Amino acid sequence: MTMAAVHDDPHHLGVLANIAHEGPAPKRIVTGYGFWIFLLSDIVMFSCFFAAYAVLLGQTAGGPSGAQLFNLKSVAVETTCLLLSSFACGMASIAAEERSHLWFQIAMAVTCMFGLAFLAIEFHEFADLVARGAGPSRSAFLTAFFTLVGCHGGHVSAGILWLLTMMAQVFAKGFRADILRRMLCFALFWHALDIIWVAVFSVVYLLGSAA
Amino acid sequence: MSDVELHQHQPDLAPGDEEHVSVRLRVLGYLVGLGLAILLTATSFFIAGTDLVWQPSIPVAIIVLAIAQMGVHLVFFLHITTGPDNTNNVLALAFGLLIVLLVIGGSLWIMSNLNHNMMPMDQLMQMQR
Repeated sequence: MTMAAVHDDPHHLGVLANIAHEGPAPKRIVTGYGFWIFLLSDIVMFSCFFAAYAVLLGQTAGGPSGAQLFNLKSVAVETTCLLLSSFACGMASIAAEERSHLWFQIAMAVTCMFGLAFLAIEFHEFADLVARGAGPSRSAFLTAFFTLVGCHGGHVSAGILWLLTMMAQVFAKGFRADILRRMLCFALFWHALDIIWVAVFSVVYLLGSAA
Repeated sequence: MSDVELHQHQPDLAPGDEEHVSVRLRVLGYLVGLGLAILLTATSFFIAGTDLVWQPSIPVAIIVLAIAQMGVHLVFFLHITTGPDNTNNVLALAFGLLIVLLVIGGSLWIMSNLNHNMMPMDQLMQMQR
């Protein structure tokens, strides 16, 4: 490097200037990042419900406690369903990036099936609790329980609708760039729901039935 | 910071995206994640129902296992890594975690203090008579 060059660019900023001229990030990154922020805010919302549940865990108002109500076997089956569903969703993202229509539809169908199985078991559990007189109005503990677990179930239901939409859109429009961006967001959403379920089965069911 | 490092500056990755590797390796990544998640889930269900371990340690063990499993999900399913192309995603996650810890820790702390300082219910009822 000559002395003149050192004077012109004493801190080697020329290299940085080149980077600054790369222009805005690709749309896939902007979309994915924005959706990631939304997911984190959703997790913050869930943390409020978790805090409410933890505070109200002992407030059973003379009603049944978690240890008397929860059936850990069905929770284990639910957990397995959601985990396998998350795995199948990962396979669907790979298939989408490899532009394989057949494998994409198969993987999404498997994802949907396990998601529906999860919802069916959860619905059955809620109906059973209400039938035994342990509905959300029985005690503060049960209100917090139904709000938290029901909110997660509502997210899964919305996710299934989104999943079916993605299957239809890929079928009708193919792997266009905008469809692939939606698929990226859907996969993030579905995996994030599984992360929240990990917290639900640990805090609500396992700790709740120990207390 | 050397010039070489700057010239190899990589574009960022979207959350959920992986660096380009073969399909077999990517499927393998998901399989490893699934295996670890099943292992951790099975351990926490086993610990919750057993009397083989010291009972007061069970809640702590369940919470630690849950945090470990969330980490497994983040790395193997959501592909949030510590690489330089993932800095934005990790920073957003860190901020989210800060809020989550403040909300949960703060609520538990304040409510247990209030509970502790509150007069027992039967005494409160007598004062109102």
